[in-house]
Amino acid sequence: MTYSKTEATVIETRAEPAPDGVAAPRRTEQAAALLQRHGALAVLIVVVLIATMVFPSFGTPDNAHNIAIQSSFLAVVALGMTFVIISGGIDLSVGSVFALGGVLAAYASRWGLLPALLLPLAVCGLIGAVNGVLVAKARMPAFIVTLASLLGARGLLLAITHQGADTFLVPKDSAFAKLGQGTLAGFGYPVYLAVAAFAVGGLVLQRTRLGQSVYAVGGSEDAASLMGLPVARIKIVVYLASGLLAGFAGALNAARLSSGVTILGVGMELDAIAAVVIGGTLLVGGAGTVSGTLCGVLLLGTIQNMINQIGSLDSSYQSVVSGAFLIVVVVVQTYLSRTQRIR
Amino acid sequence: MTELTVSTPSVDRHRIARYLQVYGVYAAVAVLLIFNALFTDNFLAVSNLRTQLVQVSPVVIVALGMALVIGTEGIDLSVGSVMALAAAVLPMYLGYGVVPAILLALLAGMAVGALNGTLVAVVRLQPIVATLALFVGGRGLALVLAGGQLKQIHNSTLLAIGGDDVLGVPVIVLVAALLAIAVGFVVQRTTFGRQLVAIGGNRAASQLAGLPVRRVLLVTYIACGAFAALAGVLATARLTASDPSAIGNLMELSAITAVVVGGTPLSGGRVRVLGTVAGALLMQLLRATLIKHDLPDSMAQMVQAVIILVAVYVARERRSR
Repeated sequence: MTYSKTEATVIETRAEPAPDGVAAPRRTEQAAALLQRHGALAVLIVVVLIATMVFPSFGTPDNAHNIAIQSSFLAVVALGMTFVIISGGIDLSVGSVFALGGVLAAYASRWGLLPALLLPLAVCGLIGAVNGVLVAKARMPAFIVTLASLLGARGLLLAITHQGADTFLVPKDSAFAKLGQGTLAGFGYPVYLAVAAFAVGGLVLQRTRLGQSVYAVGGSEDAASLMGLPVARIKIVVYLASGLLAGFAGALNAARLSSGVTILGVGMELDAIAAVVIGGTLLVGGAGTVSGTLCGVLLLGTIQNMINQIGSLDSSYQSVVSGAFLIVVVVVQTYLSRTQRIR
Repeated sequence: MTELTVSTPSVDRHRIARYLQVYGVYAAVAVLLIFNALFTDNFLAVSNLRTQLVQVSPVVIVALGMALVIGTEGIDLSVGSVMALAAAVLPMYLGYGVVPAILLALLAGMAVGALNGTLVAVVRLQPIVATLALFVGGRGLALVLAGGQLKQIHNSTLLAIGGDDVLGVPVIVLVAALLAIAVGFVVQRTTFGRQLVAIGGNRAASQLAGLPVRRVLLVTYIACGAFAALAGVLATARLTASDPSAIGNLMELSAITAVVVGGTPLSGGRVRVLGTVAGALLMQLLRATLIKHDLPDSMAQMVQAVIILVAVYVARERRSR
């Protein structure tokens, strides 16, 4: 990371005159940085430990499989959102695109596995690319552009399904249905696909030129542009990826449910943003990790599971807890990142 | 202005763009009205105009609060959840009378607004994140309070607020109109309004100039919460039932759309109150027109999407140079 380098030079210059004076604040600063980067993981571990102790049925393999498969679709959507947010943007269209991807996949599944995956990817990728072009080339605010495509994608979905009257079914025992319903070692295939997507996403973000450019654009668009980075192209790629991933997640979900459910995905964009933010990615852009997002998604999934375990509790409590959680995490994060910046 | 030095044709283009930016929404409303008067049966019937106005009123009320928040370079995603919260609180206290029940519902909205405002003004969170938390949690809280149930309203006073007329105008429409005038007055003629716009234009400069930045932001978010709660109360009265799971769904998007289409930039520093009302009317008329001409809801949504994009493209801030 770039700023760890500047930190090192600062320490070097100061090391001679006052070695003791510098060491102490640096350690708390490191702790703050560590907490900000891995806070979601720490909280996740604590929550899982508590849940295992309190609820006897929480720690069973069956329940772990449940949490994993239920989180996998949001995880794939949140992965794309992570890229968008790191680049300094936001994508509100993912919920609609998720639903659209599911309907298209179910529609195309009559022709086999490949069309069932390619049709949603093509259409959702196109929506993502249009978002990207409008944000990057026409310089319109991402919030509004993706708000419009939220409406547009939902409208397209309704048009395809005759105002939601038609439900397309996935043929039983087709390869596509197996993709959503098959299991390996207890975990459903979508879980492995989500993990693979995160592995690839993490590698791209940390180890490739494109990934580092995404950080640069999010950190300072003007600086990135002056450095000669193709800012517009990077932004378009990021929104394209978000559209593709949301469509892919929708297709997987349709395979799992054996049908394209039209009412899915409402409010999913905000769940995805919440997961990303809980995972330590700053909404201002320029910083964040995909592993944090994964922790954020699992944390939301675990909270939901815990509330389901308390049978007497209304499921509405889940959103209350998630909302409270979001506030706490974000407030703590803001203070942590502030102590770092001031130094 | 630097534009004086630019050659004449581009000055003209700038001027056209600026006229479009300011008056485009009114022109669009006028065009839709004329179109409907000519081609839609029974459009000018009093009952139809009434229905349109009654339907648009809650959006207008919420959008007025949203316009103030957007003027400070903020955004409030929690308005739909606040409507649900107000709808849930209302029947709980109807036993004590209508006025206390309404006041408590408004208070609930103001409490949400105060929390949003504190997070934005004091903790200095980004408005999207700060209000996202209550968007997620607010509706859940409303459902918990209501026990997840729809409650019929039998109180005659409250039902009268939802259904009756004053001087031939439905109460809801009257409230929306009065609020629009009040907000317009506050923005144009009061110190608070000028401070709000100044903070939206440049928060750091306003701070340095000695403006009470935190207080103004706090009051703005509380006002937005109160407006949303009022919309929730009125909508509940009109529906004759409190339904926290459905009321105000996607209201944040409708309100933001109305504000943006009305020419208030998302980057803050300007509030167009009349434009916001026109923006809400435009979206309502558009939907009504499409539905009256048997175009399906899906088409209405797609057209709405295009209108939003066009409005923002016209209104977008041109970069210097």
